[in-house]
Amino acid sequence: MTPLAMPPVAIGPLAPVLIVLGAAGLVLLLDLLPRPVGRELIATVALAGLVGALLATLARWGKPGRAFQDMLVLDDFALFANVVICYAAALVVMLSIDYLGRNGPETGEYYALVLFSTGGMMLLAAAGDLIVLFLALELMSLSLYVLAGLFKRELAASEASMKYFILGAFATSFLLYGIALIYGATGTTNLDRIAAAAAGRAHDPLLVIGLGLLLVGFGFKISSVPFHMWAPDVYQGAPTSVTALIATGSKAAALAALIRVLVTALRGSQPDWAVLLWVVAAITMTVGNVVAIAQSNLKRLLAYSSIAHVGYMLIGVVAGGSAGPGAVLFYLLTYAFTTAGAFGVLTLCERAQAEAVEVGDYAGLARRHPVLAAALGLFLLSLVGIPPLAGFVGKFYLFAAAVRAGYLWLAVIGVVNSALAAYYYLRVVVFMYMREPEGAGARLVPSFAGGLALAIALIGIVLLGVIPAPFADLAQAAVAPLLR
Amino acid sequence: MTFAFAALVAGALLGIPKLIAPRRLTPVKAEPFECGMDPIAVAEGRFAIKFSTVAIFFILIDIELMFVWPWAVLYRELGWFGFAEMLVFLGILMLGFLYIWRKGGLEWE
Repeated sequence: MTPLAMPPVAIGPLAPVLIVLGAAGLVLLLDLLPRPVGRELIATVALAGLVGALLATLARWGKPGRAFQDMLVLDDFALFANVVICYAAALVVMLSIDYLGRNGPETGEYYALVLFSTGGMMLLAAAGDLIVLFLALELMSLSLYVLAGLFKRELAASEASMKYFILGAFATSFLLYGIALIYGATGTTNLDRIAAAAAGRAHDPLLVIGLGLLLVGFGFKISSVPFHMWAPDVYQGAPTSVTALIATGSKAAALAALIRVLVTALRGSQPDWAVLLWVVAAITMTVGNVVAIAQSNLKRLLAYSSIAHVGYMLIGVVAGGSAGPGAVLFYLLTYAFTTAGAFGVLTLCERAQAEAVEVGDYAGLARRHPVLAAALGLFLLSLVGIPPLAGFVGKFYLFAAAVRAGYLWLAVIGVVNSALAAYYYLRVVVFMYMREPEGAGARLVPSFAGGLALAIALIGIVLLGVIPAPFADLAQAAVAPLLR
Repeated sequence: MTFAFAALVAGALLGIPKLIAPRRLTPVKAEPFECGMDPIAVAEGRFAIKFSTVAIFFILIDIELMFVWPWAVLYRELGWFGFAEMLVFLGILMLGFLYIWRKGGLEWE
């Protein structure tokens, strides 16, 4: 019998993910102790795991590593995405502590699931093989399906969880079918070897159909039109902290994986997917923004706004080169801070015995809680893209990349959409500053951790808006290893 | 030697309960296929939701077995590497098992 070749176990490239998953296991164990420990301690362990993963990620910057026969590629691109994901997850954990204490059931598993999901996102951004990509996507999604239905006594939460699960499983099967067809066309699931095998025969029907099915699966995960129907219902029904995680972390991970697959494995089909994504980007931002205008529920409004922002980011994917994906990475960073912050303000507000989610609840907020109103106002202005906040710079890089790559009309559609979007974001600001509330209106629930998270997010959007160049350069440099 | 040891362990596992375990025979236990339900029932009857949890636990243990079986067959070739890997795998599995147990997933009522 031939001796088995033992694969080298590369702990190094796996370290950030291992720290997150280790913290998840620890959280589960803490939840099991005979004497119940406080949820603050559990949340602190979860937060420590995420900060540890963040530090481990930063420590590996500039030292790319591959592990398990190229199944895992921890290059600068994955590291940058991991930083975004860890930041988003850490903000979510900080926002969750008091929010869950107020609304939710007793939960150690909440933090464990958030960590498992984060681990899946990090693996997704670093997947160098379609099988790992699929597994990571499932780890991320399955945890999120459960988290969406965390408030199981509420009808909306059950609806959100069920809808997310069934449509998500459906989309995953498309993705898996696409993976199977690409394997059939090229004989491998490794991204680099797919690129080599597909070179020169981009119009192999199997490959083209596989690419299409893959885009359907990813389109669902990033909620691009026409696969966005789940997003408003899930965002509305899920606990607000979970909504923040779905809107930031899972979107960042799925977009990073999408860019990696398109730019490395399927670079030969670039003319095909660029045309396809051109149309998807234009429809996505237009539908997102137009429908958002009619929303009176803030969570739904932010859901449609996040759909529109995916449209903007797809502009960068279409633009290609190093400028396009680099701009998307930078945009993801700004978007994570802004959106987590906006949802964070919602977690800190409540109405009598309920969450304050209607726009009307925020009427006159500026008079009652000026700091909170100013924070929400700044996050919304950043989403509009008003300088000197982060959203403006992010959009600027995206549109500039599109113009430079010759996609002038796409950039024009993007700019028109940004102007359109200003209406519904500013409407909320007008409510907060110029309207009188009918009845009691939303009131602030003080929370130290939540306040700290908002402060970090605020510093983030101002810092990224005022001195964007170093971070944008890092994002550009991070894309370089994909383009070799 | 190996065979004798295996026989000893297997015999002990069968024999010791015979000697020390209490034995109470009930009509339910005497049924040819005892699964917690009445084997003869109307088809459109309802199931308790508890069965679905048991089904999930079964899959958990079933999949574990699927991993452990080939590992056991190739145990010698895999050596200490394989041993450590399996310990990691079983450790994670046991964490899940402990979680089920402590959260009351194994209690019927």
